[in-house]
Amino acid sequence: MARLNVVEAVDQALRQEMELDPDVIVLGEDVGRNGGVFRVTEGLIDRFGPERVIDTPLAESGIVGMAIGMAIAGYRPVAEIQFSGFVYPAYDQLVSHAARMRTRSRGEFTCPLTVRMPYGGGIRALEHHSESMEALFAHVPGLKVVVPADPYEAKGLLAAAVRDPDPVVFFEPARVYRAIKTDVPEEVYTLPLGKARVVREGRDVTVLAWGAQVRTVKEAAQQLDSEGTADVEVIDVRSLSPFDFETVTASVVKTGRAVVVHEAPRTCGFGAEISAQLMERAVLHLKSPVLRVTGFDTIPPLAKLEDHYQPDANAVVEAVKASLRF
Amino acid sequence: MPVTTLASYTIERVEVLRTDGTVDEALMPGLSAEQITGLYGHMVLTRQFDDRMFKLQRQGRLGTFPRVTGQEGAHMGAAFALRPDDWLVPAFRETGALLLRGLGMSQLLQYWGGDERGAAFPASLRTLPISIPVGTHMLHAVGIAWAMKQKGERVAVLTIFGEGATSEGDFNEAMNMAAVFEVPVVFLCQNNQYAISLPYGRQTAAATVAQKAVAYGMPGVQVDGNDVFAVYRVVAEALERARSGGGPTLIEAHTYRVTDHTTSDDARRYRSEEEVQEWRERDPIERLALYMKQAGLLDEEKETQMRVDADERVALAVADFEAIPPPGMEEIFAHVYAEITPALAEQKAESVSRLAGRG
Repeated sequence: MARLNVVEAVDQALRQEMELDPDVIVLGEDVGRNGGVFRVTEGLIDRFGPERVIDTPLAESGIVGMAIGMAIAGYRPVAEIQFSGFVYPAYDQLVSHAARMRTRSRGEFTCPLTVRMPYGGGIRALEHHSESMEALFAHVPGLKVVVPADPYEAKGLLAAAVRDPDPVVFFEPARVYRAIKTDVPEEVYTLPLGKARVVREGRDVTVLAWGAQVRTVKEAAQQLDSEGTADVEVIDVRSLSPFDFETVTASVVKTGRAVVVHEAPRTCGFGAEISAQLMERAVLHLKSPVLRVTGFDTIPPLAKLEDHYQPDANAVVEAVKASLRF
Repeated sequence: MPVTTLASYTIERVEVLRTDGTVDEALMPGLSAEQITGLYGHMVLTRQFDDRMFKLQRQGRLGTFPRVTGQEGAHMGAAFALRPDDWLVPAFRETGALLLRGLGMSQLLQYWGGDERGAAFPASLRTLPISIPVGTHMLHAVGIAWAMKQKGERVAVLTIFGEGATSEGDFNEAMNMAAVFEVPVVFLCQNNQYAISLPYGRQTAAATVAQKAVAYGMPGVQVDGNDVFAVYRVVAEALERARSGGGPTLIEAHTYRVTDHTTSDDARRYRSEEEVQEWRERDPIERLALYMKQAGLLDEEKETQMRVDADERVALAVADFEAIPPPGMEEIFAHVYAEITPALAEQKAESVSRLAGRG
């Protein structure tokens, strides 16, 4: 089994889905000849040609709006937005049309499209290149929102997204694009959308995260374990919409404590939703309030201050200790 | 340093049917007597339907809707040029085009009556549902046109929008991408001079909508939108060019919204009755009737009869519409995703039990 990074795993998923289904089309800015600015679509144009790997004009709304039309007409477009910070012109198309074409037409027309985009900080990039605004999409009925944490997940979840009958917004953690390698089976596989994964079992406290933060949380869990402070259960949420409250609730019922970690701003971040869900489903099992470790309610700072914004393992360790002390 | 001209352009306006009912024979499209009578019949039906819908709305039997009276020449002349396997991607002021595509009046009443099951336009009609956000749906037409080209289907996509939509950013993206990808799409702008209250001159400083095509590298042409022959001719040509690989076209149908924007609007607040009256005199249906009478296709008696027949059909559709049982609450959850999510299943169960408790 090959060890791949996230970039290679996404590329492989796209390649395999395109091999399997001639209706799968990749489109976006610089995805063809250039292979994408992160090289995620490297080599696809050579294999599938410019009719199926389309370099588009610089127009995010146009890319998603056109993908909606393609999907209505029977294709399975996979659109790339170069950075999630540039998706906002296309937000209207996602919210006003992709998310509701099925409802509007009572199922006569549907939008089986995937919109992929790198998100999150830690890459020392320019303004607008470090955002983590997944909650904006998880709030929209009709969209699915998926965030893989590692190469194995990236491949399986992306394959599932491409095959899904509904529009999926697929956030790829730019910070760990090349930083994490895992075993990735060469054969085609999918991972179910809407299912969380218990990464590490534990008795004392449940810590939830998605994307690049899963790695941070695993580090924190190891530290707490080696210190003998706490036996942490780590849940990789994987899918914000649909959200797997069954797995999450079962874990918190067991541990009685929960900490949610995300690098997005705190207010109205998805941690707030998880916290509310746990109040509704597990309040009598909670031994302490659900705590959040998040980015600030600020604009993500540029490179010099970036490390102060990103939740790190220490912040997670402190939150777990605070939960245990309560 | 020499100064050279890199581009120059002219914009043509096409008129075929004069207000006195005579036509420019050289430009007259090749329509049979039967086709002309059929088109006229649909236009009369649309007018009577629009009138009746307005009355229903004022009686509280129908929700807010946009009238199409006076614009039948523009959107119906265009839709009449479509073949069944072409696509129509409409905005919201195209009732006549939807009827031409084979949608039932009772279904449209159901939609404007607030029952979303009315928007279930059968996929086989290749007609997208009504799109309320202004100027965003043209991109879907470009995507569909790309798909048709990729599949090798020799068909075209017609998308219709108003001049207000040309100020939206997605108009730029749709026009640009259609031209870059050379896809078979025809952009039909019903320039009815007003976007709610804003007149054309405040929407754009361009003398015509048609000339905007030049910047994108596609043909642009203006037609008299109240001249159904001119609209049909120009749209039919553009559709055929698109089907045969010639790429997109922008057509500006120059017309006028003689009614309010919607039944919730009062256009007297922002324009004069004299201006409206001027345009009423250029009515597309009356103009066509004049031609047909001169060509021996219509007389007073037949004209009246067709209107009576249309009223009867409308009355039947209204009766059908009012007999439709109201939608069940479960419809809210029915089509959000292909498969209901756990969260939605919970919310549905909650609301069902709340409803049962109330009963």
